[in-house]
Amino acid sequence: MSEAISALAGANNPNGFAAVAELGLHGMITVRGDQADAGFAKAVCTVAGVEALPEVRKCVGTLEGGVAWMSPDELMVFVPYSLVVEKLEELNAALDGSHFLAVNVSDARAVFGITGPKAREVIAKLAPVDLSPEAFGVGDLRRTRLAQIAAAFWMNSEDSFRLVCFRSVAEYAYNLLAMSASAGSEVDYF
Amino acid sequence: MLTLQCPYCGVMAEETELSAGGEAHLKRFGPGSSDADFETYMFMRENPKGVHFERWRHSNGCGKWFHAARCTVTLEVFGTYTAQTSTPPADLLDKIRAARPGFKWREFE
Repeated sequence: MSEAISALAGANNPNGFAAVAELGLHGMITVRGDQADAGFAKAVCTVAGVEALPEVRKCVGTLEGGVAWMSPDELMVFVPYSLVVEKLEELNAALDGSHFLAVNVSDARAVFGITGPKAREVIAKLAPVDLSPEAFGVGDLRRTRLAQIAAAFWMNSEDSFRLVCFRSVAEYAYNLLAMSASAGSEVDYF
Repeated sequence: MLTLQCPYCGVMAEETELSAGGEAHLKRFGPGSSDADFETYMFMRENPKGVHFERWRHSNGCGKWFHAARCTVTLEVFGTYTAQTSTPPADLLDKIRAARPGFKWREFE
């Protein structure tokens, strides 16, 4: 078995006004199904270790155990990378017989962290989203466009964002975030 | 800049987050239909100066298709609604009638 490595093997740039880092390997399972169905919600929550599914445009839990809202019929479940295969089997077994879809996309995505008191500025420069503190807070998630690529990001604490994009564009995303965070380019809008 | 509200995720999505999907409420004529029906389905479009109904996709967001009613002259957006319908909702038509008396788009007026 070959050794799995993430897209940029943990590249990071702490020199900007916010720190940008590729966060390595994380277990990610894309799940589609009826979120209003109690059985479906329970199975997903159990696998992710959270109490309830996130509301629209929210993320609950952490990258080690959490669920992100992706669309009205799609969720992203986060589990530790080493457990993703067994967690997927657990989910498939729990939902067996119902109408759903669960796929391990861990190696098809890249995860980034943007950390610092001005982290929201880094993303505000790149995405067509209102990132003012009143409009976007901890737990809020947006699936949107980051310059030329699709990405999803959420706020996991007051001064930190997590961002997920396709692995094939990981380098573009990293360069983009690092450039947006370069020292001296603060806008100080928020 | 065109801003449409996605009826599925509630986001006020601006144009670059969306993909245009052409005219709304086309009735498909497939294999077995007459040549005239197929031509109408394939090529004939309203292309109005004024109120227009279109399909859009929230492609850089939740990925869902939806419908939008807007004015091609002023870019005024009258509203957006679900893709799971073959006619615009009645309250939206009322709103358009009030804003644009005498408008006509295919069978809707």
